[in-house]
Amino acid sequence: MKDLTFETLIAVFEEIFGRGLFWFMFVAAVVVTIAYLYVLIRDRSISWRKFLLAQIAMPIGAVIAVWFVLAMTHSRLANIGGPVDLIVLLGVAAGGAIGSAILVYTIQSLIRAPSSEE
Amino acid sequence: MTNPIATRRQFLGLAAGGAAAATLADTRRAQAQTPTSARIVIIGAGAGGTALANRLVRRLAGAQITLLDPRVEHLYQPGLTLVATGLKPAKYVTSKTTDWLPDGVTLIPEKAAAIDPVAKKVSTDSGQMLDYDFLVVAPGLILDHDAIEGFSLDMVGENGIGALYAGPDYAARTWQAASKFTEEGGFGLFTRPETEMKCAGAPLKHTFLIDDIAKKAGNGSKIDVNYAAPQSALFGVPIVAEKVRMLFKDRGITSHYQHTLKAIEAGAKRATFQTPEGAVEIDYDYIHVIPPQRAPDVIRQSGLSWADKWTDQGWVECDMATLRHLRFPEIWALGDVAGVPKGKTAASVKWQVPVVEDGLVSAIEGKEPTETYNGYTSCPMITQVGRAMLVEFDYNNDLVPSFPGIIAPLEELWISWLMKEVALKATYNAMLRGRA
Repeated sequence: MKDLTFETLIAVFEEIFGRGLFWFMFVAAVVVTIAYLYVLIRDRSISWRKFLLAQIAMPIGAVIAVWFVLAMTHSRLANIGGPVDLIVLLGVAAGGAIGSAILVYTIQSLIRAPSSEE
Repeated sequence: MTNPIATRRQFLGLAAGGAAAATLADTRRAQAQTPTSARIVIIGAGAGGTALANRLVRRLAGAQITLLDPRVEHLYQPGLTLVATGLKPAKYVTSKTTDWLPDGVTLIPEKAAAIDPVAKKVSTDSGQMLDYDFLVVAPGLILDHDAIEGFSLDMVGENGIGALYAGPDYAARTWQAASKFTEEGGFGLFTRPETEMKCAGAPLKHTFLIDDIAKKAGNGSKIDVNYAAPQSALFGVPIVAEKVRMLFKDRGITSHYQHTLKAIEAGAKRATFQTPEGAVEIDYDYIHVIPPQRAPDVIRQSGLSWADKWTDQGWVECDMATLRHLRFPEIWALGDVAGVPKGKTAASVKWQVPVVEDGLVSAIEGKEPTETYNGYTSCPMITQVGRAMLVEFDYNNDLVPSFPGIIAPLEELWISWLMKEVALKATYNAMLRGRA
């Protein structure tokens, strides 16, 4: 890679998904993150009950993320060939897990007001 | 109790912050433009010509940039190996030439018919005459299929004949013939030419992939895979050649060195090779043909070629570091046509374009150029579906890994496959737009 700058990286991601889809996903991720921060600020506390359900979603999110990446790239788990591959795979799984946890927590918080629960 | 107005204000503040970050990400590095009225002609709107045009319009104000290329379709050539193994459809590699060109340049959809480097004129097929102050020759190369006796492109896809270099449709037809081989088995013969060639890794990739696909389909016992090369090694870079030799041994692929494909008899499925011991005939069930490769006639006839090197191939005589023509300083060579020891890949083009850009803009500004090309070439050498080696090297045959300590160059890795499969086309497209 020559000149692997932040700008190049953005350009690469735009090309992978198409400019529209990339920025849509970027905005979607930002919106979910903001919504997550919003409910945290609004509730002034973490709801551990909601967090529990969000945690249950984590392994599912991890498996879906890994499956998605393998399917999209004609790969199988047997293709893991070195430490860096394992790190990438775990990174994908972790991303899927955290993403799904945030999503599930936020959705719960948005559809169910804190007062009705506790 | 929470105050809804306060939280809404906080929420909006965060949203605004996010939007600002997004805008920041989209700002381009601003570069001062050099005013000029120079007439720049670029022969070829492939990877090199297009990427250069996009960069030049950003660097120069008022330049008259003209590209000459009759091809309506732009080809993403690194994708052809994937098309020829059924992993991607033919349309994966095609787009429109005009999709990538910036505003403010002129595309003449014609071939360059003649170049007069003394009078600084290029004439087109239709007789149009273009005067230039600076010329960049980036027309790519010619696949000399006629050099293989008995072979013609209409044979591809039938009788066990493949030729993936010939273009997207031929690559798809190559997969028709190759997939039959992976199911029915037989004697597979994978060749490469003795001339300089585009991506010397591609013949190896095709061999590895077809072998892997047959084995994964449970037909490993039915195939006999053979690689025939005119050279005495499997790859130009010794350390990579040794690694490939070991992998071939591991996969049970037989190598035939100093075998140059000269003729095929399609009906009899027989190939004739020239070897030090004379002509050798080999019967095959599947053959992959890669013909000799040469500079286009217009280059060879215009006196731009080396007089004492590659005389049968005609690559442009240029400095290997600056890519500037050695006899005509207002001419640069870019991409496949450049007469340099390495670098007929898209990755090389990516490294060469900023060098030509710097040379050209410096010439306009009357300054000394600073960028040089070190022969960088990269090849995500696919060794099976799902794994590749990210091989990168320079003129000295030194390995120059982009991610030392993280992505080992001679190790078969999934991440290197991901780069080829997912990130490479994206990087290539970003390069075309002059942004990578």
